[in-house]
Amino acid sequence: MTMILGVPLAVFMGQLMLGLINGAFYALLSLGLAVIFGLLKIINFAHGAQYMLGAFAALLGLQYLGLNYWLALLLVPLVVGGLGMLIERTILRRIAHLDHLYGLLLTYGLALIFEGALINLFGVSGASYPVPEALQGGLNLGFMFLPTYRGWVLVAALVVCLATWFIIERTRLGAYLRAGTENPALMQAFGVNVPQLITLTYGFGVALAAFAGVLAAPLYPVSPTMGSSLLIVVFAVVVIGGMGSILGAILTGLGMGLVEGLTKVYYPEAANTVIFLVMILVLMLRPAGLFGKEA
Amino acid sequence: MTFNNSTLAGTLAIAATALATGTAQAQMSDDAVRIGYLADMSGTYRDLAGPGGLEALKMAVEDVGGEVNGAPIEVFSADDRNSADVGANTVRGWIDQRNVDLVAGMVASSVSIAVTKVLEEANGLAIISGSAASSITNEHCTPNHIHWVYDTYPLAHGTAKAVVEQGGDQWFMLTADYAFGHALEGDVTRVVEENGGEVVGGVRHPFPTSDFSSYILQAQGSGADIVGLANAGADTVNAIKTASQFGLTQTGQQLAGLLIFLNDVHAMGLEATQGLLLTTGWYWDMDERSREWAERYFERVGRMPTMVQAGVYSSTLHYLEAVAAAGTDEAEAVRAQMAETPVEDFFARNGRIREDGRMVHDMYLAEVKSPQASSGEWDLYEIKSTIPAEEAYRPLSESQCDLVNQ
Repeated sequence: MTMILGVPLAVFMGQLMLGLINGAFYALLSLGLAVIFGLLKIINFAHGAQYMLGAFAALLGLQYLGLNYWLALLLVPLVVGGLGMLIERTILRRIAHLDHLYGLLLTYGLALIFEGALINLFGVSGASYPVPEALQGGLNLGFMFLPTYRGWVLVAALVVCLATWFIIERTRLGAYLRAGTENPALMQAFGVNVPQLITLTYGFGVALAAFAGVLAAPLYPVSPTMGSSLLIVVFAVVVIGGMGSILGAILTGLGMGLVEGLTKVYYPEAANTVIFLVMILVLMLRPAGLFGKEA
Repeated sequence: MTFNNSTLAGTLAIAATALATGTAQAQMSDDAVRIGYLADMSGTYRDLAGPGGLEALKMAVEDVGGEVNGAPIEVFSADDRNSADVGANTVRGWIDQRNVDLVAGMVASSVSIAVTKVLEEANGLAIISGSAASSITNEHCTPNHIHWVYDTYPLAHGTAKAVVEQGGDQWFMLTADYAFGHALEGDVTRVVEENGGEVVGGVRHPFPTSDFSSYILQAQGSGADIVGLANAGADTVNAIKTASQFGLTQTGQQLAGLLIFLNDVHAMGLEATQGLLLTTGWYWDMDERSREWAERYFERVGRMPTMVQAGVYSSTLHYLEAVAAAGTDEAEAVRAQMAETPVEDFFARNGRIREDGRMVHDMYLAEVKSPQASSGEWDLYEIKSTIPAEEAYRPLSESQCDLVNQ
């Protein structure tokens, strides 16, 4: 059997595959953060809570409305994204002209409120969401047994990430968005409704988080605290990639998934800390992040 | 008013006389038996004890007619939120303001250890039904508590020994990377090796972990027959679910859960848990008497009781009978009376309370049924064998408890 650093090749390949799947999750979540920060300059600390709301909405939709997985994947991001737009319109807008720190504190407070309210209603143990029937079972890849659902998560997350990148960097709408944040007064003079554009962007970033939440529901227990633990890792990913860089967020997300996956093989005790070690290294050597432009 | 020495001395004298007569009459303190139920009522451990355990306690109180020797029994409860501080402060309040006679329930081991220290200072009494750590009646033993249902010693010994005897002698350990996990891993490793098996590999995962896929893959690649889970609660549930998704049991490996409750199996479903071996202190469907009690509980709660909830009933009843027999609710006398009486009811077989506070009783090795073999929502275990009370628990000869070596 071929060995790589003392680990059989098949196991090594399997771990890379799993790392890639987790990385796709990180990419999806950090992408939402990067879009919101890059275009709105808001550090959205409510992102984890919005991810959790996505998973919860899917679970409650299934339990009380009989909403199936595929419809949830479509509708939940719209609903949670709508909630995001409402938050932007009613609260975030009022502090848009202030320092970043205010936005951070405000969204952090919102996250605590969402989390606390759901803990009060449902407790902390959470519930499990069944894997949709069409995606049950698994594929034998030769080097590993891959549950079909995880394969689907990888594909869905990558498609959404690339589509987002394409819209923002390669379409007219994306050009408006970028221009609107660069010089809002000038854009407004051209007749573009910039405040509306900003509301939509925030809503879109939140919808990405909710989409990730629905994807995660069948994999992890759906509980009110599922977002807060993930958020810190995702922030580290954004910092490593460079705040505000869209492509950077995607590539770093995938990369960090791989790094974490390999740590789980060679030194599992450090699996939860390795991303932060990378973050420290990056901040020391390249403070703007791997893909960041502004210093 | 000026406070002179003679008034102070007078007050103290009156107080002392009042206390002295109180004990001399050997009656119920302030004419009532007060039981405080302390447990996780809202968090991770809610379903294994929680409100269901409180209901079981109330059943025991009702079954003795709500009073002991004419003194009414009062029951109150609090949520410890799995915090040792919250638990200890709650019990301090109960001692100071409500004159609590017995603290029952208690799940997280850290809470139990903190609470029993408080009770030792105040000379109160606790019966712990939910906690796992065997240290509660080993280095943390006090004359003021009894540990009723199970602990980590029989969990490791019962399951690991039985699994090795059934031919599963190559083990891979999946361990939560903190004190409880290390202790359990150590115990299991010792038992496996003593019985001729071998631990061929293992992973210590951070606590808590939600994504177990990588570790399950490593277990699959290890070539071991048995994957031992030295973790608890959500970690165990996540590990088992992930193992099921990755087809671990289909490829000929078997999981050995070391700390698993009925509610965990119920929540995960038989599809994911079938074939899992575990050690339990009680199972509702093990015989006629247990079924009879479980049906009564089910009518009130709507769920079948876990071993912890059954243990709360059993221990409370044993306590109340001891209070009646001793004619007092004073902690030392009641505990002595409880230890004198063997415990033999729908819950405990061959049970007795040892000097270290451990209630030893028969334990059972169970296997989770397959969906095909199960006849109903709660038909989850098949009892494979009985571990006799005297073999199940840590022998007193290995005890570090001060009460034993006196």
